[in-house]
Amino acid sequence: MIDREYDVVIIGSGAGGGTVALGLAPLAEQGRRVLVIEQGPRLADEEFTGEEIEMAEALYADSGGFLTADGTMTLAFGRVYGGSTAVYTGTSLVPEPRVVESWAIPGLSHTDLAERCRHFAGQNNVHLLDPFEINENNTLFEAGCVRAGFEARQFPVNVKGCRGSSLCNLGCPNAAKQGTDRVQLPAAERRGVEVVSRAEATRIEEKLVVVRVSAAPAGGKGGPPEWEPGEYRVRAGTVVVAGGALGSPALLQHSGFGERLPRLGEGFTCHPAFILVGEHSREITNDVGHPKSYYVDRAVEEGYVLETCMYFPFVTAKSLIGFGATNESFLRAFPRLQMILVLACDRATAGNRVAVDSGGRPVVHYRFTDEVVRALAAGTRASARIFFGAGAERVHVPLASPPELRATEASEIDERIRPEHFLAGTVPVSAAHLMGGCGMGSSAGDSVTDSWGRVHGHSWLRVADSSLFPDSLRINPYLTIMALADRAAEAIREDLLR
Amino acid sequence: MRSLAVTIVPGAARLDAEGWLDVEARIEAALRTRPPRLKRQLRLLVLALEWGPLLRHGRRFSRMDSARRTEILEGVQRSATPLLRRGFWGLRTLVLLGYYGRPDVRRSVGYRADPGGWAALMGDLTDGSDDVPDESDDVPDESNDGPGGGT
Repeated sequence: MIDREYDVVIIGSGAGGGTVALGLAPLAEQGRRVLVIEQGPRLADEEFTGEEIEMAEALYADSGGFLTADGTMTLAFGRVYGGSTAVYTGTSLVPEPRVVESWAIPGLSHTDLAERCRHFAGQNNVHLLDPFEINENNTLFEAGCVRAGFEARQFPVNVKGCRGSSLCNLGCPNAAKQGTDRVQLPAAERRGVEVVSRAEATRIEEKLVVVRVSAAPAGGKGGPPEWEPGEYRVRAGTVVVAGGALGSPALLQHSGFGERLPRLGEGFTCHPAFILVGEHSREITNDVGHPKSYYVDRAVEEGYVLETCMYFPFVTAKSLIGFGATNESFLRAFPRLQMILVLACDRATAGNRVAVDSGGRPVVHYRFTDEVVRALAAGTRASARIFFGAGAERVHVPLASPPELRATEASEIDERIRPEHFLAGTVPVSAAHLMGGCGMGSSAGDSVTDSWGRVHGHSWLRVADSSLFPDSLRINPYLTIMALADRAAEAIREDLLR
Repeated sequence: MRSLAVTIVPGAARLDAEGWLDVEARIEAALRTRPPRLKRQLRLLVLALEWGPLLRHGRRFSRMDSARRTEILEGVQRSATPLLRRGFWGLRTLVLLGYYGRPDVRRSVGYRADPGGWAALMGDLTDGSDDVPDESDDVPDESNDGPGGGT
């Protein structure tokens, strides 16, 4: 075991860890030692090829196929320099006041969060794409919304020099997406923060992190780790856990913090989602251009959000219900496909939680509540109307039997698309907005941390990622994660300069 | 396994011997990092699917016609036993990965995504410059079928 000593160790390099790293860069410039450890590799620019299978393997935990304990939902999250900010589409929204106010966390105001979100939106070049950059997969969604009576809003996205590869979820091959891998981490490193890739935190003890650094596997993507492979004992005055909504609660539980923090791992939410496809009679621009330009927010009224999306052949095939000729016929229509993602705005529910196995690996227990299933059905009906409004000839709908509606059957949408058709383990549900598990609150009785991410009862230990959310955010979470991480960084600076 | 794969993706029937080896290699590669328990369960499921029909229908799965195979897999997919549904989900995912992971299959379904984005679509992607252009470089010529232009 090799010993190292730092002032601050940050576990994770995604939206949370990357933000804390840059927030502590002024301390690094003053001679404080700040370390970021990232479990995944650091890829060179030319390694981002956009090839579906190889990029999924290189960038995602379990190649993007991490399953909940009962195997009924796939959870996608990045495991690479930049974490999930390397693999998301870059949509950047400020949380609604109603959501933050409903959390009712002492010391956390919507005004403060929104101000920090706007700061990071500026830092990440968040803006609306110009009309000429928007493809038909998106313009058809907007047109369908107008005809079906829904209000489509445009997503602000964090790109700079976007070529429209449509490959955002496989890591931008043109370095255009402004994730922490492109903005915060390089800036922090230039100012003296150290980043070690292929470094997994296996245990946290009092002001100490046990780290395992692994060699790069032969033939895999990414460079070698910055430290020699081996086991390290890294002492630090402050430890920041930013391993995401699965990694953080699992690591803290594996390290024994659960005994005095009964809420650790509880309150997991994830916006369960599925992909719907509609087939048009002609080819459309779908796998070129930014994939995600519009959304419909019906969270308050019906518990769902619709987003435009465009996926790749394997993910698309996996996301269609069933198998055989019908499934394949949609894939063979790929250039004519329009896609919509239906996300249910799930709420923190007893039993939906992150646990840990004996090896320290997260185990996610998740049950689809009736509210979630109803929201998915309502979102599916709305999507079918939007598809047909946009001129689609047929639509793949997982909550109908058979799972296909033709335009001539549009009048049957309400009777054909029913929550009763939802059978967990058969309907392909996935989630990428993983939240909760180390929720903020006022005491160990109701939460894991305070509003500044400080773990109750452990002044040297903070959390700075989406696990802090006490309930679902009902939008893409990354700007909010950055805002919360910025608060943690601010508090650490104050602690260390005191 | 191949009869299962063809039932899940009928297009796989067009694969030649080399193509099948490639699909199987992709599946093996995907399983390499998975827990041994999972691999054992999948092997058991494949065996059960192959030999189970012999008891009830008098024929192994691979000896049945495609309609009967589809019927059997649909039953497994909607089984009342969550473990069976989960197993079939995993099997189906692996077959789809092995098949749609092939570059020729992606091309054959018309998938056109390219790191060059709009420029590649319009066929005017020029030299091998690694420089990322500024956004003005991405503005397509309006005389071409650019984004929203009805291609």
